[in-house]
Amino acid sequence: MTVAAEGSPPLRMAGLRRSPLLQSEAVQGFALISPTFVYALILLVLPILVVIAHSFWTQNYLTIDHTFTLENYRIALTEPIYRDLLWRSLYISLTVSLLTVALAYPIAYFISFHGGRHKSLWLFLITIPFWTSYLLRVMSWKVILGYNGVLNSGLMGLGIIDEPSTALLYNSSAVIITLTHAWATFAILPIFVSLEKVDRTLVEAATDLGDGPLRSFLRVTLPLSAPGVISAALIVMIPTVGDYVTPKLVGGKDGVMIANAIQAQFGKASNWPLGAALSVTTMIIVSLIAGATVLVIRALQRLAR
Amino acid sequence: MLERVQSERTQSDRTMIEIRDITRSYGSFKALDNASLAIREGEFFSLLGPSGCGKTTLLRMIAGFDTPTSGSIAVDGQPMDGIPANRRPTNMVFQSYAIFPHLNVEQNVAYGLKRLKLDAGEEKRRAEEALAQVSLTGLGKRRATELSGGQRQRVALARALVMRPKVLLLDEPLSALDKKLREQMQVELRRLQQAVGITFVLVTHDQYEALAMSDRIAVMFGGRIAQVASPKEIYQRPVNRQVADFLGGMNFVKAEIVEENGASLVLDTLGFGRVRTDKPKAFVRNGGAATLGIRPERLRVLWDNATAKFEVAGKVVERHYFGEITHLIVEIPGLEKPLSVTETNDFGADDIPVGAPIRLGYDPEALVAMAD
Repeated sequence: MTVAAEGSPPLRMAGLRRSPLLQSEAVQGFALISPTFVYALILLVLPILVVIAHSFWTQNYLTIDHTFTLENYRIALTEPIYRDLLWRSLYISLTVSLLTVALAYPIAYFISFHGGRHKSLWLFLITIPFWTSYLLRVMSWKVILGYNGVLNSGLMGLGIIDEPSTALLYNSSAVIITLTHAWATFAILPIFVSLEKVDRTLVEAATDLGDGPLRSFLRVTLPLSAPGVISAALIVMIPTVGDYVTPKLVGGKDGVMIANAIQAQFGKASNWPLGAALSVTTMIIVSLIAGATVLVIRALQRLAR
Repeated sequence: MLERVQSERTQSDRTMIEIRDITRSYGSFKALDNASLAIREGEFFSLLGPSGCGKTTLLRMIAGFDTPTSGSIAVDGQPMDGIPANRRPTNMVFQSYAIFPHLNVEQNVAYGLKRLKLDAGEEKRRAEEALAQVSLTGLGKRRATELSGGQRQRVALARALVMRPKVLLLDEPLSALDKKLREQMQVELRRLQQAVGITFVLVTHDQYEALAMSDRIAVMFGGRIAQVASPKEIYQRPVNRQVADFLGGMNFVKAEIVEENGASLVLDTLGFGRVRTDKPKAFVRNGGAATLGIRPERLRVLWDNATAKFEVAGKVVERHYFGEITHLIVEIPGLEKPLSVTETNDFGADDIPVGAPIRLGYDPEALVAMAD
């Protein structure tokens, strides 16, 4: 016993010296995420750094002048065209996220509370539009909203209008309609998940304490599903600000968004620094608005009590 | 001199809940089968039975969360047909407590008061009063997620009591607590009920809980109400083997009916010989056979030369030690099943060797006749 005990400390020391580093949970965690992390670093962080660097430089016909300047930001923030485009993009994306959440909530609520045994079937049906390409879905809205489109012929057939309306396609409303449809699923799913987590006995408890269906919804179900509403709003809002395909296809002249301008700077106009400054500005504004959205919904949640 | 008191508080004989011929079918399965019951005002009433016996369904029907297939429920003389849960004079303590996680304790308790549009001072006063009733004074600002199981249970109670309901419904409120806390809450619940005087209807599958707290108990099996009586009567005079078996241990002995008249029965048994017992109220003869029952604690070990007027003799075959008591299994010649005997350890029952001959004394009062 004693001999073994005397002999063991150096051995244990050797084991200790090596193990804490390898056995620490943090190190194991980093090891697990490192492939993804390196991948993200190369493909996401580096390009962003490149973009940020460019935004402080100047395009000098074919070469780039690497002297530090804030001129691009001045143009991005004060030129009326870019300011208007940015405002329009924000307006479109906020409207789209508001509409999408408002339309998605009843669907998610129905599936979660009244879906019964067919919940997964309903969810499956909702994903069906995603079996086709996004481009095709946008194009189909062109068919619906176009001059000779489904909507116009339908309205004319009913005698509501005499000649096809041109107000349906190639403007910001067309972009809003198309985006709202395209992002519906992305809003339904997070709201559905948070509704699923609402303990049904809580609704019963609210009823037991005197609340009718509407009151118990407003005081219990809605506040408890707020996390889903927040993520749905953000999931829709953030990518739609920078959407570029939809305005290009259905937006026409009035539906152009900031991403189209950025694309032009990196393409035809060949002014990378200005394009970079526009991108960074958009990024910062979107982050601010996303943060503000979270705060506003939290405040509403508190008010609902 | 100690006086024996039947019930601490005189209850009115007025009926608070009248349940008439309630049936609830799910397809061919009947969760409740023609159940009728009258619960008195100010009574602590328990619905006791194994899981699936329909006790929770019945409670949820009183609350308005479930509708009977046929039959009717009236609370305080008002028929409840078609009245939704939010307009009933009942409040419920849920098994999971259903504390609103987005609200703090005070907001939880005041939840139902909001609708009553009381002025702010009155609302606060009532909420604080309810919190004091369940000994949670000062915890009003706590978040619901920061509460222990026992505290959550108290919040659920306060939230229901603050509404001053005519009937408080409790759905297995103690089942999620550990044993010690559960026993403490049993005493507190009973005390609270006595203090507020509201009719309590408790659903439980724990017979000791029902015995300890209730004024009366309804024992249910398979959607039917088997017996409604005071805890003492349910325990001492169960109407059938099922009830007897569900409420603690019971030795069953086969018996033959020799004589039956208005108030008593004479039975012939192997082991206990010929015995005369009271005829239970609900006794319905089923042929010539019957069952005689005796609780394990009503059999006493007769030491040395001690004798009893009524005794049986046998041999100890098993001994189980439970701290304050010892459980003996005793084989009696002529009985097909050995008898269970529980004896306190004051006189050394824990030292009785297995295999030793033993004599057991009993009081003929302790023998219960049950229809077969």
